[in-house]
Amino acid sequence: MADPLLVMRDINKRFQGVQALSAASLEVDPGEIMALVGQNGAGKSTMIKVLTGAYRRDSGSILFAGRPIDFASPQAAQRGGVSTIYQEINLVPFRSVAENVFLGREHRRYGLLDWGRMNAEAAELLRRFAVEIDVRRPLLEFSTAIQQMVAIARAVSFKAQLVIMDEPTSSLDEREVAVLFDVMRRLRAEGVAVIFVGHRLDELYRVCDRVTVMRDGRTVMVNRMADIGKLNLIAAMLGRDLETVRAHSTGFSAAHAAAGDVVLSAEGLQIGRKVRDARVEVRERQIVGLAGLLGSGRTEVARAIFGADPPDAGTIEMNGRPVSPQEPAEAIALGVGYCSEDRKADGIVPDMSVRENMTLGILPRLTSMGIVDEARQREIVDKFMKRLAIKASSAEQKIRELSGGNQQKVLLARWLCTDPKLLILDEPTRGIDVGAKAEIQALIRELADQGLGVLMISSELEEITEGADRVFVLSDGRTVADLSHAEASAGAIIAAMAHGGAEAPAEAGHG
Amino acid sequence: MVDAPTIDRKGISLDVAAFFRRYVALTALIALLAFNFAVTPHFASWQTLNVNLTQVATIVIVSVGMTLVIATGGIDLSVGSLMAISGALAPMIFLSSFGLSYPALGDALAFVVPVGVAGLFGLFNGWFITRFQVQPIVGTLVMFIAGRGIGQVLTNGNLQAFKNPTFQFIGLGRIFGVPCQVVIMLALVGAAAWTLRSTLFGRQILSVGGNERAARLSGVPVAAVKRWVYAISGLCAGIAGLVVVSINSSSDANLVGLGMELDAIAAVAVGGTPFTGGQATVVGTLIGALLIQLVRYTLLANGVPDAAALVVKGAIIAGAVWSQQRSRSA
Repeated sequence: MADPLLVMRDINKRFQGVQALSAASLEVDPGEIMALVGQNGAGKSTMIKVLTGAYRRDSGSILFAGRPIDFASPQAAQRGGVSTIYQEINLVPFRSVAENVFLGREHRRYGLLDWGRMNAEAAELLRRFAVEIDVRRPLLEFSTAIQQMVAIARAVSFKAQLVIMDEPTSSLDEREVAVLFDVMRRLRAEGVAVIFVGHRLDELYRVCDRVTVMRDGRTVMVNRMADIGKLNLIAAMLGRDLETVRAHSTGFSAAHAAAGDVVLSAEGLQIGRKVRDARVEVRERQIVGLAGLLGSGRTEVARAIFGADPPDAGTIEMNGRPVSPQEPAEAIALGVGYCSEDRKADGIVPDMSVRENMTLGILPRLTSMGIVDEARQREIVDKFMKRLAIKASSAEQKIRELSGGNQQKVLLARWLCTDPKLLILDEPTRGIDVGAKAEIQALIRELADQGLGVLMISSELEEITEGADRVFVLSDGRTVADLSHAEASAGAIIAAMAHGGAEAPAEAGHG
Repeated sequence: MVDAPTIDRKGISLDVAAFFRRYVALTALIALLAFNFAVTPHFASWQTLNVNLTQVATIVIVSVGMTLVIATGGIDLSVGSLMAISGALAPMIFLSSFGLSYPALGDALAFVVPVGVAGLFGLFNGWFITRFQVQPIVGTLVMFIAGRGIGQVLTNGNLQAFKNPTFQFIGLGRIFGVPCQVVIMLALVGAAAWTLRSTLFGRQILSVGGNERAARLSGVPVAAVKRWVYAISGLCAGIAGLVVVSINSSSDANLVGLGMELDAIAAVAVGGTPFTGGQATVVGTLIGALLIQLVRYTLLANGVPDAAALVVKGAIIAGAVWSQQRSRSA
């Protein structure tokens, strides 16, 4: 076999004390489609950004086409033969297709733009990918798939030897995906290598030659796609040997009391393209785990129940009564709380104090005649700062100055002080140091034992297997398994994720 | 010292950045006062104080509403046009045959109706922005353009001259020797500062400006909060419109409130309220407006032409923004 086109070895990268990559590696052969997979935070995008020069690596070597390289910026990488096509297509929507293809290195004649030549070349370029469009029309008139083709054509016109596609299929429909895959195969036939970052395993099996799996900043597996079953692939991503799950590595303990009445019951939820038929049920004194790979629709289900993005179809019952919250405020009035997975974007109000942040949800209840009762507010804040052991210089410290774990505790307290019946936690321990993590997990258990119903989304298998009294597994927008605590072994959950999708061509990789 | 901080400052942690921002405008104001006492003839007199406060009052009244809008991360370009509408409506009411036959009722309605109408137009701004998710600068641009047109259509483009002491009390009268509009100005500043600090509505304004998505997920009625701040901005503009026509004893929809949106925005900027939302100081806005006014007065009183004063005004805004940036990165 020819020498590899790209060799990244022993790549290390730290962000403010967090090791994002540790001795990670990635090799791609010429004319090969390489899948790059892993959970959120596994280091995929950091790896890509190190390669394209968006980040500087702390150490490690990169060889490209046999030469050591160190791109200063994504633009430099593009000139050097490495083009990246991002999730959100970053082209100029109001300019013509041809203009977008040649953006930044337009053909000129006598100091003027040579439109004739650019249009002809752009049309020719797109024709190679079986795309016949009027290249003089503005880009925004075309579908996402076509726009993506334009981005790819642009990449190829830079004489790219390696094209990186970051979740290129996330906004495409079935037919468009097929067209995109044809283009990828065509690129491969011309000797261009592709790195395909994706989550939908079935798609990876359809088009990729090999797969590189990353986890916790390391490269944990490289394999030929045809030689690895879906089950083993998921196990590698989640980091579990199918048989052995480390016993008791979380702050959870098993349920003490029997679950009570049903608090939440949602059936047949349909939300946009991502969720097609989801079902969950949560009882008092119960932690229900919602498991699924990235993109399986977990967060969408949570947001639908909370009224943040109401479902297109399906029923939601709270305490036996059908409800349909259209706004979070309505769900909150029903006794629901929701900690989102993105603390920074959806959780904290950065410039406000711990006190203000904690009482944001309960503030209407601390108000009489429109005036905030500051004494009661302070009382509640003091109580929860003590109870959750929140470390802050005072209740008046700005929340953005706190550590991730303490921010999360404040956000938990925001809901706890509203005395909810159902608490939805989306990745409650993501990006939190180990000590605070166990503390938060123990707290969740304690709250459930006191009667709270908890719906917990987590990508960490231990959190689900040890913490949850009941587990629903989502795959491709459908609830594919409903397991009790005893049944919910790592193996059972992974198996459900792998084989759950009824329409998924099972184990296509073996074909 | 001053107001009403954005975020509570009763605790141990002192908001250094906000303190510094306020400190800059206030220091400049004090220095300028000292300069005037020393240099400008006849500066230390009640008359000078009254002239300055009277001139600045309308800007401050409008700026109070503007501060609340900016606190949510928005902006309101329509205030000048809403002043024109309110200023056009008032004389139409007390000069109408109804207003002339029932003067007491006519004068009362001449206060209430124009301000209410301006408030409704403000509410429309808020509805338009939240319903169609348009950017505030574009959303209020609609009323900025259409509003002045409405004012001119109402009056057929004519100048309405009048003499109505009862109505004109708002611009010419005095309460215990203090000009009426100055009293209104101080009352509005106090009310808005208190609202931001101590009421649910105030805290919701700041949370919407600080992180709209988080606010919504915490149950804050984001759209309603925005509609209300634009309505309040409209009400403030309506009051300011009445003050201006009272002072002039005439109403010209072409001129009332012309350029006021920019003066108000300038006062907010110099006062130290960041345009990103989530933080606001109404007293800072008052200081900012006073500073701009006093600079202009100082230059005029010392024989510098008005045109040159505009350049200095621009420089003050640039300086204020610069000091904000610096204090934030510090």
